[in-house]
Amino acid sequence: MEKLARAHVLICGGTGCSSSGSKEIIPEMRGKLKAKGMEDEIKVVETGCHGLCELGPLVIVYPEGVFYIRVKASDVEEIVENHLIKGRVVDRLLYREPATHATVPDYDDIAFYKKQQRYALVNCGHINPESLEEYIGTDGYEGLAKALSMKPEEVIEEVKKSGLRGRGGGGFPTGTKWQFTRNAVGSKKYVICNADEGDPGAFMDRSVLEGDPHRVLEGMIICGYAVGADEGYIYCRAEYPLAIKRLRGAIGQALESGLLGENILGSGFNFMIHIKEGAGAFVCGEETALIASIEGRRGMPRPRPPFPANSGLWGKPSNINNVETFANVPSIMRDGGDYFASQGTETSKGTKVFALTGKINNTGLAEVPMGITMREIIYDIGGGIPNGKKFKAVQIGGPSGGCLPEQLLDLAVDYESLIRAGAMMGSGGLVVMDETTCMVDVARYFLNFTQDESCGKCTPCREGTKRMLEILNRICEGKGTEEDIPLLESMAQSIKAGSLCALGQTAPNPVLSTLNFFRHEYEAHIRDHKCPAGVCTAFVGYTITEGCRGCGLCKKVCPADAISGEVKAKHIIDPDKCIKCGACQSKCPFKAIEKG
Amino acid sequence: MSSVTETTVKLTIDGLEVTAPKSYTILQAARLVGLKIPHLCYHPELAREGNCRVCLVEVEGARSLVASCVYPVGEGMKVRTNTPSVRETRKTVVELMLANHPEDCLFCVKNQHCELQEIAADLGIRRVRFSGEKREAKKDESNPSIVRDPQKCILCTRCVRACSERQGLDIFSSANRGFDSIVEPAFGLGLDEVACSYCGQCTTVCPTAALTEKDDTQSVWDALSDPDKYVVVQTAPSVRIGLGEEFGMASGGIVTGKMVAALRRFGFDKVFDTDFAADLTIMEEGHELLHRLKNGGVLPMMTSCSPGWINFVETLHPEMIPHLSTAKSPQGMFGATVKTYFTEREGVDPSKVVSVSVMPCTAKKWEAKRPQLNDSGYRDVDIVITTREFARMIKQTGIDFLNLPEEEFDDPMGISSGAGQIFGATGGVMEAALRTAYEAYTGKTLSNLDFVGVRGLTGIKETSVDMGDGLVLNVAVAHTLRNAEKLIEKVKAKEADYHFIEIMACPGGCLGGGGQPYPTDADIRMSRINAIYNADAHMKYRKSHENPAIIELYDTWMGKPLGERAHHLLHTHFTPWEGRLK
Repeated sequence: MEKLARAHVLICGGTGCSSSGSKEIIPEMRGKLKAKGMEDEIKVVETGCHGLCELGPLVIVYPEGVFYIRVKASDVEEIVENHLIKGRVVDRLLYREPATHATVPDYDDIAFYKKQQRYALVNCGHINPESLEEYIGTDGYEGLAKALSMKPEEVIEEVKKSGLRGRGGGGFPTGTKWQFTRNAVGSKKYVICNADEGDPGAFMDRSVLEGDPHRVLEGMIICGYAVGADEGYIYCRAEYPLAIKRLRGAIGQALESGLLGENILGSGFNFMIHIKEGAGAFVCGEETALIASIEGRRGMPRPRPPFPANSGLWGKPSNINNVETFANVPSIMRDGGDYFASQGTETSKGTKVFALTGKINNTGLAEVPMGITMREIIYDIGGGIPNGKKFKAVQIGGPSGGCLPEQLLDLAVDYESLIRAGAMMGSGGLVVMDETTCMVDVARYFLNFTQDESCGKCTPCREGTKRMLEILNRICEGKGTEEDIPLLESMAQSIKAGSLCALGQTAPNPVLSTLNFFRHEYEAHIRDHKCPAGVCTAFVGYTITEGCRGCGLCKKVCPADAISGEVKAKHIIDPDKCIKCGACQSKCPFKAIEKG
Repeated sequence: MSSVTETTVKLTIDGLEVTAPKSYTILQAARLVGLKIPHLCYHPELAREGNCRVCLVEVEGARSLVASCVYPVGEGMKVRTNTPSVRETRKTVVELMLANHPEDCLFCVKNQHCELQEIAADLGIRRVRFSGEKREAKKDESNPSIVRDPQKCILCTRCVRACSERQGLDIFSSANRGFDSIVEPAFGLGLDEVACSYCGQCTTVCPTAALTEKDDTQSVWDALSDPDKYVVVQTAPSVRIGLGEEFGMASGGIVTGKMVAALRRFGFDKVFDTDFAADLTIMEEGHELLHRLKNGGVLPMMTSCSPGWINFVETLHPEMIPHLSTAKSPQGMFGATVKTYFTEREGVDPSKVVSVSVMPCTAKKWEAKRPQLNDSGYRDVDIVITTREFARMIKQTGIDFLNLPEEEFDDPMGISSGAGQIFGATGGVMEAALRTAYEAYTGKTLSNLDFVGVRGLTGIKETSVDMGDGLVLNVAVAHTLRNAEKLIEKVKAKEADYHFIEIMACPGGCLGGGGQPYPTDADIRMSRINAIYNADAHMKYRKSHENPAIIELYDTWMGKPLGERAHHLLHTHFTPWEGRLK
């Protein structure tokens, strides 16, 4: 029996904190404690992601719940000596609120966490993801045990009652989907977990898999029981090695403990889970492409119907949900569907995890109740825009989502409201943009992504996004014409209407939403030959003002030999040679170089 | 519920009520009300992909437009095929294809045979609103049979499916992503470096000029206009069956006399018939079978006339080489005979002879280039053109083909039997061989020449012939390489006790060959088959060994079947992959 420890030191071992240095902190902490003979007294736990990756590596000390940020291996000694031995909090490592700069010692008081409601992420950052006991210690597998005592139809009823909808983007009611697979004819059925998280900057699913792998397994096993499947596949990107390692470990533990495999918990129900590593194609997040990829074929979508519920993996009825959807299931079973349904809005129940990135103070993961406003997410949780810049737009829904302007900041976030606004829930990517962002350039960026990732099967997506991208490139290069805007709009409609799968059907969204809310920026590029945000280099020029003292620094750093001038005399920039890199401006000690 | 309503559904298309089988797609149901929905990737004989997005229609309640070629009909479904959104989107889709396609329609080999061109015209596309990058990819002219021009590819994947579903070869697949997507052989290799059979089925389904036969028409014109050359031509049994279609005739018409007349007008010194050589093949192959039966040779013996099949064996099943009949194909026998027997007889200098063959086949172009086919002391066959190239040549000359007076083949290599004629159909070689082998083995005359058990479009056909003397000859016939593979597996697993197997690489046999007129489908193949057997039934001679020109050839010059001269000129050998033409 393990001895009860007087304190727990939780060190984040998520991918973000690992890459910023937590890998060195963990052995350092263990070593220092051992040197002091305190290894039995204080327990060091490597956890999954806490969400506030921007400030990692994160170290949390319980029972107090003190939250240390940007901890380095060299800080460990001080934490041990002062905090763990003398009980004095190390002030300089504490979190500070971006707005007030006040230190916040207690985890629960940090604004980033205060408005969050952690349901799918409840264990992430709090338990050792490699320990089945810790998962069970947080009521893990209780949902499964309860489900196995019910009839499969009752399980589906409970999920229906919860109002849970697909968290991967489509928002299809999960219980109904399960019902379709259950009703499908066939004795062999599959459950597939879509862990092919591919949106740029999104890592919701990765955090769940890394931080609480058993939760996903439990969700899948419950689903298998409900739909009548005995085999499951987790399709996980190979770029998530830690997630795969922890999943493998969790599957092994579950098999050993009778929670997976033959005769689960003595119920007579058999279920096995396999992992299939994906090679990193965005389109493999589309369910039919994903199935093709598991089958060993090129990941390309096929037309539906038939839907996977009737003809999925190897032609058998298959139920596909994404990681976050499955992660919600164990608690729904444990707490009952009604509790889940009491959270959120009329049509969108429960919570949603968002990945906050871009021009925002608290980059990271946040799980919020449906119906929260965009303003609360960006300002209260995200800590607002850094460097005193003005908010311009938030791009939501991944590369196929839309860009929403300031006037929609008070929009209550749910599936329907986002679609109405020209965006979509997607898998929960949220990219914040400030006044220095050019919206034409943003549309171009996302379209470039979808064009690159188009599987190439259907004409509108493969060829159409390319032509739209070429038009956007022309506009950004100052070669846009008046016809370009109506042409973009007409193509966008055809591509949406004509593409085979959701990738193509949504690819034009960033262009349509920026045209809708930021049309004046397109017009400024085309008519006035100006990029209002000063991003598109075609419209940017650098000039040296009267403030120049002739120090020659700019001349020295210019990589294009575009600057000339005698020592102590005003220098000039040759606009034909200038490549607009801005090196001169950043070097000028007298702020005598202007961009315009 | 009555059984009728169980298997059919009622829907409306453009307000018209349609009752369609439940298994139908919208595109098929639309045909029932006289509506031809434009399409490119859809092909009635291939799996449905729904990738070109030309056949889009509106279905009430659907989130976006749907591809009618893949979307199943449903009870009460309301379909609209002519709304502004449908028209606009279809046009944009075709415009997008054209924006990434060379604008060389006027001098493209598929001009007026191109489905993309036809659809662009039908949809009334008058300009392309986009200009920008076009796919840059090298033309593959690495082999003598098929040219692949990826710049003309619209990625409809018909070739991918035809190669996979008909031949089981999977030479083509999709590669890369986004705008860089391309359909190509593995790793972008040339068709000379992969296990392509050169059957040319891909060229018969390609809607554009991305896959075409290698054009050898200019070499023919060059030879014909060279006063120093003596140019002879042979025409395969299936050419006369398909050629008329190129001039607007319904399929199933036979244009032998007009074909001969046209060739003579081209200026060929002699117009001969491959059917003559087919009779010769039967003499050799039939006797080889009897020889193997009597002397414990390797059985089952397999035919070797189809060069697509030969390529398949040499590349993928070299272990089956001992089963192949060593008899050359009719084209090969003709080539070796014309530059020896014929030139000797007529006093022509064989070095001046250019031997041209008109074939329904792209693989024959490759066959003619096999290093071992030079037993005459020269290249046995110099130039091979397909039925399609031949038709283009006729059009170039301005010959009014349909009104051309009929003419006869030249002697002696223009005389043939019905057995030679049926070589063009799957089962035909088998039937021709049985007519001769039976009579040679038993010494009796066959009362019924029609071996109907080996006729028709069934993929694998089997029959048995009682040869008397306790010998029951078990034979099998397969067309397409996918079916050939099945037979090989059966033979290797010793699941069947065959003596003789006929394989033709193309569906329906040579009459459905890769060089035949566009389009070819099961109905067209069937009418060509009927034409062939109809011609056979009306022939003066119906057995190869009764063809007087064949009798004369053996009596006066060749000696006996399988004799020394025949062995030297009419038989060949096969080599595994390494021996393939590079």
